[in-house]
Amino acid sequence: MTPDITTAQPLPLERVVIRFAGDSGDGMQLTGDRFTDVSAAFGNDLATLPNYPAEIRAPAGTIAGVSSFQVHIADFDILTPGDTPNLLVAMNPAALKANIADVPPGAAIIANQDAFEERNLAKAGYATNPLEDGSLDAFRLYPVPMTTITLEACKELGVKPRDAERSKNFFALGLISWMYNRPTDQTVTWIEEKFKGKDLVQAANIAAFKAGFNFGETAELFDHTYEILPAKLKSGRYRNITGNLALSYGMIAASQQSGLPIVCASYPITPASDILHELSRHKNFGVRTVQAEDEIAAISMAIGASFAGNLGLTTTSGPGVDLKSEALGLAVSLELPLVLVDVQRGGPSTGLPTKTEQADLMLAMYGRHGECPLPIIAADSPSDCFDAAFEAVRIAVKYRTPVILLTDGFLANGAEPWRFPDVADLPEIPVEFASEPNHDGAFWPYLRDPETLARPWAVPGTPGLMHRIGGIEKQDGSGNINYDPSNHELMCKLRLEKVMRVQQDIPPVEVDGDVDADLLVVGWGSTRGFIKAAMRNVRASGRKVAHVHIKNMFPFPSDLGDVLRRYPKILVPEMNLGQLSRLLRAEYLVDAQSLTKVQGVPFRSAEIEAKIMEMTN
Amino acid sequence: MAAVDETVPLTRKDYSSDQEVRWCPGCGDYSVLAAVQSLMPDLGVRPENIVFVSGIGCSSRFPYYMNTYGVHSIHGRAPAVATGIAVARPDLDVWVITGDGDGLSIGGNHLIHALRRNVNLTILMFNNQIYGLTKGQYSPTSEQGKITKSTPFGSIDYPFNPLSLAIGAEATFVARTHDMDRKHMQETFRRAHAHKGAAFVEIYQNCNVFNDGAFEEILQKDKRDSMLVSLKQGEPIIFGDDLEMGVALNEYGEAHVVRIADVGAESILVHDEHRTDPAIAFSLSRLAERPTTPTPVGVFRDIERPVYEQEVTAQLARAQERSGPGDLRKLIESGNTWEVA
Repeated sequence: MTPDITTAQPLPLERVVIRFAGDSGDGMQLTGDRFTDVSAAFGNDLATLPNYPAEIRAPAGTIAGVSSFQVHIADFDILTPGDTPNLLVAMNPAALKANIADVPPGAAIIANQDAFEERNLAKAGYATNPLEDGSLDAFRLYPVPMTTITLEACKELGVKPRDAERSKNFFALGLISWMYNRPTDQTVTWIEEKFKGKDLVQAANIAAFKAGFNFGETAELFDHTYEILPAKLKSGRYRNITGNLALSYGMIAASQQSGLPIVCASYPITPASDILHELSRHKNFGVRTVQAEDEIAAISMAIGASFAGNLGLTTTSGPGVDLKSEALGLAVSLELPLVLVDVQRGGPSTGLPTKTEQADLMLAMYGRHGECPLPIIAADSPSDCFDAAFEAVRIAVKYRTPVILLTDGFLANGAEPWRFPDVADLPEIPVEFASEPNHDGAFWPYLRDPETLARPWAVPGTPGLMHRIGGIEKQDGSGNINYDPSNHELMCKLRLEKVMRVQQDIPPVEVDGDVDADLLVVGWGSTRGFIKAAMRNVRASGRKVAHVHIKNMFPFPSDLGDVLRRYPKILVPEMNLGQLSRLLRAEYLVDAQSLTKVQGVPFRSAEIEAKIMEMTN
Repeated sequence: MAAVDETVPLTRKDYSSDQEVRWCPGCGDYSVLAAVQSLMPDLGVRPENIVFVSGIGCSSRFPYYMNTYGVHSIHGRAPAVATGIAVARPDLDVWVITGDGDGLSIGGNHLIHALRRNVNLTILMFNNQIYGLTKGQYSPTSEQGKITKSTPFGSIDYPFNPLSLAIGAEATFVARTHDMDRKHMQETFRRAHAHKGAAFVEIYQNCNVFNDGAFEEILQKDKRDSMLVSLKQGEPIIFGDDLEMGVALNEYGEAHVVRIADVGAESILVHDEHRTDPAIAFSLSRLAERPTTPTPVGVFRDIERPVYEQEVTAQLARAQERSGPGDLRKLIESGNTWEVA
């Protein structure tokens, strides 16, 4: 007699990393999203790593078409989506093949047995069936006939078999929901809402979901279920959020707090398009969006909007930044507020459109002709995209300058719980439009504020302040065209000095870890969680290390040099071939060592940990 | 805010900046500038509510000479910058100054998209069939065979017909004028300005340094009657020293020049700029392959279509009607939330 597992105590777990993998048409992103949302609402801490091909539908069953979604859930504050999965859900042989290298021995694999037939095995390059040939003996393997059971469950509903088969991702979701004791009501409600009006699809998905859940309970395949209690996170109110969503909300918040209406002009590009999509939904906030004819038009429209007294915004990825370079230079020369969001992806050229990378730092710093400085801010977690967007707008408005906000594909699509702010606590972003002549009864568009060096922002419609500005060098103060050699040098220096004054607003560098550490790890952007996770392990082993994570990539915090020089060794992990490390070396003459990775996926914290161990040996 | 006495009538001086005009002596741009500056008081828009936007090129210096708001942007991008201004502030009166290189070559994409969107812009394209500012290379409107510094053996590029391009790009207002006739320019600009939506005006403009006399075969005073085909709404299209010539449609609906005596007055095409179908306007735009044979001037097309930025604003208003004004707290707290004590 087997024990009744529904009454058996679930096994408590601190954390688990689950990877859902299947064909791009199998709905793995949706399945992962649902599991994430339910876990978030349950109160777990979590982090996610979606990974999908650039092709919308690569040939079914091939390795190229595999899409995956990894989610890490825990009862404590976790920092990354997890290095390696404890459980891989493989919907077909290609999904198994594409992911098996990441799965450590002893981990569990649940495979859709029905998909492991001759044709699919051949497409994935398997000579024999791995579910049967013993090649997976190192893992806990659970073959489940997901398609068969899903079809069976939908039989009575009058759903065509081909349509019913498409519900098998909900079977997988049901099974995993059972396994980790997730509440089911929320998912059922979600299916009802999502497929409202499509009765058959709705019914099939619910039937498949329940069949999956019931299969777990009755199949005697699994010894027990697991329980991951809510995480004891910092007190406050939470919601789950992705980087692109948080960034969109941050922009709307900045618009509300500044009173400047947003004009967001963008050209569709992966992985930034979701920001344009999201902003387009919120027209009741006065958000105006334009899908421009190209990247250049997009930033040009944003410049026009800023000139007219709105908040010009343009969102893109690396290839788009390339195209916008000239217009960015114009924005620097016009000294108008503007935010350019670069959701970085693998390059060069088209590169890896759907994969993450941090290789646009030098582009943001130097990717324009002439002396063309502008502030650069980097978000370091999905929820931080909200704060980073808000800060980018604040700086742009205060210093009348374009600002580049760097995120990346991992931040954009990855999710985590967000302890959202109380709207009442959000600061105002003061905006002062010029209203009076400022020079002997005339208006001088380049007469600067002595503290910020910002020039006055006089918007069309204001009587008496008519002025003409352009990309040609202009005389400081009057703004008239001026080719005088010394004036040009003065203007170049003033434009730089103005941007450097952003340092006034940057808080002192926060050092996490040991004051007397032998090694300082310096990171930026989305590597933050992975570095922190590595640090935990290293410090637990008794070694002394410290971590600084830079958000202001230009100008750097004014005390950064002093901090760097306090440590004998410096390690800079980044998803490029050493861009920040080169900047630090150039700026501070310190021996910043590089740990690089350009594989389109984030670091594993173990990789950073190993490098730290090696350097502190 | 500076006090404005709106009862004092404005003059050309109120629209002219104090900047020294720096085009080459004898440049056609001077006459266009004078036409615009002196027309401005009649249009009834105060200088602070006007923005001139330009790209790069000789004509693109234009905004500096207007005492209005102005942006001298980058090469080819003026229509996009102007679109941003119009979308942000539909209350403003936005003009675009461009040239044949700026508007049709490097900025061709922005021009056609501003036209198809029907952004409320008055676009003046100075066509001198040459690159002036870069000292004399052929442009996308230069004739084939043109000898320039970059085409010492003659240009092999086939040129654009700017009006055909504009009509093909779904422009709702298309007109042509020239720098030798201030009255005609002003009347054309007035019409373009009054049009709701994107108005495209091609101005034949002489570059006396790099392409002198490009239009002399049709614009010399004694040739204008026989070479300029004046388009007047509701009137038969006739021209000639003795008004003996006209334009008729052939059996394929193509416009061609006829002698009235040969075909009879009843066969002469009556101009209708309000026709929704662009076929006849398009055909008229191609009456002269080059400005060396009888060439129509005036308004080719003037139709109504919703204005882009007004539609943008209307969507905002509808969204507010439907969901109320944006509530940031509700937005941030949308979806599932939970509390950690």
